[in-house]
Amino acid sequence: MFLQAAWVKVGWEWVAMGHVDFNYEVSRSLAACQGVLLLVDANQGVQAQTVANFYLAFEAELAIIPVINKIDLKQADVESTEEQMRRLFDFKNEDFFKISAKLGINCSEILDAVIQRIPPPNSDHSKPWKALLFDSTYNHFRGAVTNVAVIDGKVQQGDKISSAHSNKSYEVQEVGIMSPDQQSTQELHAGQVGYLIAGMKSIQEARIGDTLHLSASPVEPLPGFKPAKPMVFGGIFPMDQSEYRDLKVAVDRLTLNDSSVTVAKDSSAALGLGFRLGFLGLLHMEVFNQRLEQEYNATAIATTPSVPCKARLSSEKLIKQYRTDEITIYSPAEFPEKKDVAEYLEPIVMGTIITPDVHLNKIFSLCETKRGEQVDFTYIDTSRVLLKYKLPLNEIVVDFYDLLKSITSGYASFDYEDHSYEPAELVKLDILLNGQVINELSTIVHKDKAYSVGKSLASKLKNVIPRQLYEVIIQAALGGKVIARETIKAYKKNVLAKCYGGDISRKMKLLKRQAEGKKRMKKIGNVDIPKDAFISVLKR
Amino acid sequence: MRRCLVQETGTLLQQSGVKQVNSVFFGGGTPSLALPHTLEAVLEVISQHALLPADAEVTLEANPSSTETEKLREFKAAGINRLSLGVQAFNPSDLQLLGRDHSVEDSLRALQEGRTLFPGRVSVDLIFGRPRQTVESWQGELKQALSVCDDHVSLYQLTLERGTALFRQVEKKQQTVPDPDTMAELYACARGTLQDAGFRQYEVSNFARNGAESSHNLSYWRGKQYIGVGPGAHGRFASRGVGQTVREARIQTLEPQQWMGQVERLGHATVKRTSLSQLDILEEILMLGLRTTEGLTDERWQQFSGGASLHDIFGTSEAVQGFINAGLLEFSHSVLKVTPSGLAVLDSLVPDLLLATQEFCRGRCDGDFTGLHQTSGRAE
Repeated sequence: MFLQAAWVKVGWEWVAMGHVDFNYEVSRSLAACQGVLLLVDANQGVQAQTVANFYLAFEAELAIIPVINKIDLKQADVESTEEQMRRLFDFKNEDFFKISAKLGINCSEILDAVIQRIPPPNSDHSKPWKALLFDSTYNHFRGAVTNVAVIDGKVQQGDKISSAHSNKSYEVQEVGIMSPDQQSTQELHAGQVGYLIAGMKSIQEARIGDTLHLSASPVEPLPGFKPAKPMVFGGIFPMDQSEYRDLKVAVDRLTLNDSSVTVAKDSSAALGLGFRLGFLGLLHMEVFNQRLEQEYNATAIATTPSVPCKARLSSEKLIKQYRTDEITIYSPAEFPEKKDVAEYLEPIVMGTIITPDVHLNKIFSLCETKRGEQVDFTYIDTSRVLLKYKLPLNEIVVDFYDLLKSITSGYASFDYEDHSYEPAELVKLDILLNGQVINELSTIVHKDKAYSVGKSLASKLKNVIPRQLYEVIIQAALGGKVIARETIKAYKKNVLAKCYGGDISRKMKLLKRQAEGKKRMKKIGNVDIPKDAFISVLKR
Repeated sequence: MRRCLVQETGTLLQQSGVKQVNSVFFGGGTPSLALPHTLEAVLEVISQHALLPADAEVTLEANPSSTETEKLREFKAAGINRLSLGVQAFNPSDLQLLGRDHSVEDSLRALQEGRTLFPGRVSVDLIFGRPRQTVESWQGELKQALSVCDDHVSLYQLTLERGTALFRQVEKKQQTVPDPDTMAELYACARGTLQDAGFRQYEVSNFARNGAESSHNLSYWRGKQYIGVGPGAHGRFASRGVGQTVREARIQTLEPQQWMGQVERLGHATVKRTSLSQLDILEEILMLGLRTTEGLTDERWQQFSGGASLHDIFGTSEAVQGFINAGLLEFSHSVLKVTPSGLAVLDSLVPDLLLATQEFCRGRCDGDFTGLHQTSGRAE
């Protein structure tokens, strides 16, 4: 029974979240398991995510049962899929299950294999209760609903339990298993995976990776997990400032169920009050923004995502000020000047691309423009190649995946995992309007990209800032050095010719509307910038 | 139609209680197609209700078509003493493009006849910014215009009106109108050429020499009262005897048949009356006054501002200071006016000035400064 519970749980994670951003969640779930089924679609073959997930399970030393699904489909290429998995993961012929979940072909054999091949959890019924908290959701009425894997002993309703991390005590209100919905049980005992409700008021109290034990008998805590670290940051602003409160409510509600999103208030002179949210990765951000729109009907402006970089300081003064010689930079405003810095570091990811080999050249040149460094190249069958690239996260946050899909007609798959921080020549690119720096348009870019980014920002702005009374000079600059420049010429004539009797009301109306519009514009020096212009530049 | 025009003129004059009518303008559409007798009757009813001085400017807007030219003598006899001719272009293909029925020859004949009948009091309308128009071709055309015109020229930039054939052609990219920079050059070219010929620009689109300014049109820009009569006409005047002396904006019913029906039933066909707040009036005289080269005088401003001077309102405005520094606006001797280069970009100046006015009025917090429109709807 407990095996099934874990299976349901993990199975869901793999289907819905078989993506890198949720590595963290997947690895959490894996820690509560002894074995996994590695499902591969015979129609598509091994995908980049399959590789990532395989290694997560492999490193967690779990028993892995390879399963090839959808064998009933006409286009299914079971042979190749099997060959790919043999080459990549060293499976043997007899390891495979070839099934059709839809038609039920060979499914029951899997259950037998689960029992035979996956070892029972290493647990002890006689020891005091000890459990790993590996997930939690928020219920409006009951507080945090935690998912736990029981290592030793047993727990039941009414037990007093404590968190090893916070030492806070709770009384167990309900325990049960997932089958696949919550089904309450008398107790949860060693080896079981289930849910536990103990009146934790917020999801922050239900700390993922925490060890729970009976209050009366403390235990040695489990190794636990590192807290999830946001790697992609994006601003969220209401379309109209009057909608700020609604947006706040929506963000609060969504983050209740997703403690991996970090939330900080943000304010921009152009966009007003909003939030700066930290996400585990791109898909995470995408999913969050989509849910924000769908579930809470909140239309928001999402700004271009950025990634945290680091600086090793050389200035004694700054080291004293920060009390460390290595700082993390989350926004361009914090970017220290080059003279105070020994080196800048940027986050690098290890990207996995699996693609039909006909697209290789295009992928090589894409990765090259994204400053990628190839570290592996393997044919996984006669025509498909697995590529590993070290890529700066900053280069892939905006459109890498879309570009990859479009140059390969959708045939390549991509996944990445965090790899390291590596030295990079980073610079802060400023945008100036008539000589004045516009803070919200500053960005941190690699030196080699500064010119093209600056040029494209300047020309984008040229297209969205309307012509006006005064000439507008748009400049992109590094430090004091201008690297790109555009000019919006001043109006030479802007007056409507006719204005007698009946024209007067019409004209008055028009001019008043313009006056109204001016109020909503941001004035920079003598330049009026419509909010839309900022949005079109800041928006992803 | 004649009866209704006479009727509405009488009713509105009575409601306004004005004692003197300084100018009359028969315009909008083609009033020259009306019978001279009709205009005579309107002038007559004006004289019955108010003083219409013998030298009052009475303008007729006319197309230079042959039928209309033939009637000019009769119009003069009816009391018309100034003529505004819709010549528009001295180029046959452009006349066709603009959907005009007259030829260049018609225009020349009408001008000759007009100048004989109304010497020194004939105005010519010209349109620039026509499809494919270049500065060179425009210059040539202006030269031709100057060789035959009288002492007044009105210069309009082509506006594409929805529903016209030209609008559709431009939309389908079968025709292209000059880009904004060329438009500016065409305007500048006309201003220069006219100035060289002794014309003085006295408003955005009006030029005169030898004192031939239209006093009627100047009245609009100086914030004077005016009564609009006829289908779709607009007016600005204070009614007398309704317990208020607030200036109102009035619009007459647009559709001629309905307009006639209402005039017959009610004596007039005002379809909308809106009381203008102090702010509304100030905004209007600001926008209109700055269109003229004489500018907006403090004296006129204070008539409507309840004692606040131009300086009180614009003296501290950063935007105004910016315009002055940029050489677009002048503020001296209690007159606020645009410079010649400011005039060309007036529409970009006015919004900031309106904001300054609104801010000042809001600061006053007086009841009559609220800027609320009280629409009394359909008049009884």
